[in-house]
Amino acid sequence: MGMETIERSWEPMDEKLTVEVVSAALVKHAYLADEGLATSIFLSMALNKPLLLEGEAGVGKTEVAKVLAAWTGGKLLRLQCYEGIDVAQAIYEWDYARQLLHLRTAEASGATAATEDELYSERFLVRRPLLAAIDHGAGPPPVLLIDEVDRADDEFEAMLLEVLSDYTVSVPELTTFRAKVPPRVVLTSNRTRDVHDALKRRCLYHWIDHPDFEREVAIVGLRVPDAFPGLVRQVAAAVEALRDLHLYKPPGVAETIDWVAALAALGRREIDERSVALSLGSVLKYQEDQATARNAGLGELVRVALQRGH
Amino acid sequence: MATKNRQNPATNLGEEDRSTLERVAVGFARRLRTAGLVVPVSRTITYARALDLVGLSSRERVYWAGRATLLGRREDVGVYDRVFSAYWLGVSTGVQTDGPEPVLLALDDVESDADGEPEVAPEPDKEMLAVHYSAVESLREKDFAAYSEEEWADAYRLIAALSVSAELRRTRRQRRSRRRHGAFDFRRTVRLAMHTGGDLFVHARKLPTDQPRPVVLLVDVSGSMESHARALLCFTHAVTWANRSRKVEVFALGTRLTRITLELRTRDPNVALAAASSAVLDWSGGTRLGENIGRFNDRWGMRGVARGAVVVVLSDGWDRGDPALMASEMERLSRVAHRVVWVNPLKALEGFAPIAQGMAAALPWVDDFVAGHSIDALEHLADVIANSSGTKSSQKINQTLLASK
Ligand SMILES: Nc1ncnc2c1ncn2[C@@H]1O[C@H](COP(=O)(O)OP(=O)(O)OP(=O)(O)O)[C@@H](O)[C@H]1O
Ligand SMILES: [Mg+2]
Repeated sequence: MGMETIERSWEPMDEKLTVEVVSAALVKHAYLADEGLATSIFLSMALNKPLLLEGEAGVGKTEVAKVLAAWTGGKLLRLQCYEGIDVAQAIYEWDYARQLLHLRTAEASGATAATEDELYSERFLVRRPLLAAIDHGAGPPPVLLIDEVDRADDEFEAMLLEVLSDYTVSVPELTTFRAKVPPRVVLTSNRTRDVHDALKRRCLYHWIDHPDFEREVAIVGLRVPDAFPGLVRQVAAAVEALRDLHLYKPPGVAETIDWVAALAALGRREIDERSVALSLGSVLKYQEDQATARNAGLGELVRVALQRGH
Repeated sequence: MATKNRQNPATNLGEEDRSTLERVAVGFARRLRTAGLVVPVSRTITYARALDLVGLSSRERVYWAGRATLLGRREDVGVYDRVFSAYWLGVSTGVQTDGPEPVLLALDDVESDADGEPEVAPEPDKEMLAVHYSAVESLREKDFAAYSEEEWADAYRLIAALSVSAELRRTRRQRRSRRRHGAFDFRRTVRLAMHTGGDLFVHARKLPTDQPRPVVLLVDVSGSMESHARALLCFTHAVTWANRSRKVEVFALGTRLTRITLELRTRDPNVALAAASSAVLDWSGGTRLGENIGRFNDRWGMRGVARGAVVVVLSDGWDRGDPALMASEMERLSRVAHRVVWVNPLKALEGFAPIAQGMAAALPWVDDFVAGHSIDALEHLADVIANSSGTKSSQKINQTLLASK
């Protein structure tokens, strides 16, 4: 069977896949998943089901797909969603420029006129992420990242649903592509809009929360290994306090990492009011949020952070 | 899928385990639906496959497997958590599982009576009675975990009406028989004959005396039993009060062992339960079941309290201790006891399998394994304790129902 040969042509993992194996592999790629996320990723891999990750900004949704690709050796195919995204951006497109060029050269050389078959052949087909994920060669399956799916519209979701239902893409002029080995699919959403139920039903689901204090410290330790440990704890404590301020955009792990990196670059081993004031922009991206934090008192924030982060 | 062979971990589950697992999965999904979540069948299937992959030995993993496969919205996590606790651990759900059917029942009756005639409004009193009756009647099968605060009042009354007594045991002491059976009482016949000048007008007979066996109740008060502990304690109170002059002993099993017999010897269930609660220091803490049954054996059981007794353990069998200890202590207990009854409210759940380690270890030493999760189930328990398959206690309950009307 054709499927069999392809299956044997790559050897993705030597170990039996377990939740522990997943956790360990992610750590190796500097990603710290809690039990819930590790179990969801494991199940998504073992059951061959897309994984829908929802959560606040900067909690590490997108990173999951990147790390997964790095670990499994599958190619990362990223589809960044936006309003109005269409087939041409998501699935495939014809390379009109080259088609035209082909027509002209055929005419100029005086050969027989180019047939339609020739124009709509593989060599003029541009594979966008969805098709590339379906029609991939041998080797580990690619990781298809459908990022921020909540930004796309209903029509796109319907299209996506079709592709994810049977992992086929039909190009009417050419053929129907069918995945021999389905890609690993990760969808992320910030929940600016609810993803359609039909699409959700195809997916496993996991809500990524802000990590708890100790986990966040550990994550930052992984990402900014040079930072002074005391500073990491203090910044994590300060971020935790900021998240309670009902900000427009509460800082995620990404911001904690940025902030620690910024303070470390300033040569700080401990936070103080002045450097917090200087680097506030790296953790709060909106002017309004920075104002809210200042009104709440940066001195108080530093005091809490020093106490907690000791 | 092509990757399946290599990547699916071997699950070590036999066919039988797998079908248990499927029943457990279907039962849990159904619970979620009852609690108001939308769970398509496809998700249930995925859930069963997920359980197969992660196994049942880690509670956390069972929890996350369900969240990943059965949910699609963060908003549903709260309901999921409550149902999960109730299903897998027996903690209160706060979810109303039964709709207000009683009212409909009453209206249905009116309609079928009218039979084609224009609808007549029922007499208000009659409707009220019907509704109340159905409400109480519907309580009988309802899981205590799903009780509302109002329903407890009815429950207390119904449980108190069970008036449990243990099966009788023949003693060496004998009593007079008023009827014409029993052994010939030679001595008394002669004494009576003295009054009649030696004529044997009265043939006295004697019967062996039957005495109820002692009852020992061991109630699990750990966190996982929270939603049922109230009803079960209420039951132990009913037993204690009904047999207050006799041998009934009650112990609470938590992180330690606490004797609460004296606290429960009060008529009012609220007072009794409050007294018992304050006596138990580790209310809703962790469970060390095997250890505590051992403690009971050492301090009380072997010294006579459990000897010849009907011992009733009321617990979901979640034990943090060593299953081997549980097994050996249950064996000791079962050797001195007349009978060991285990009451596990989780047994009533669809697809229940005794997967809690403690439960599995204890089962070989248990004579009767019953649910005790509803009024009906407690009624059955009363019969089991009395070792009668008759319906004495159900008659009691029905009388109470009639009296309440
Ligand atoms: N658990 C984690 N372990 C390691 N790094 C993490 C973790 N969570 C987040 N990060 C880091 O935080 C940064 C932001 O993560 P990512 O971009 O994946 O967030 P996101 O959830 O996709 O955010 P957005 O909604 O804004 O797209 C990344 O640099 C990532 O490395
Ligand atoms: Mg992202």
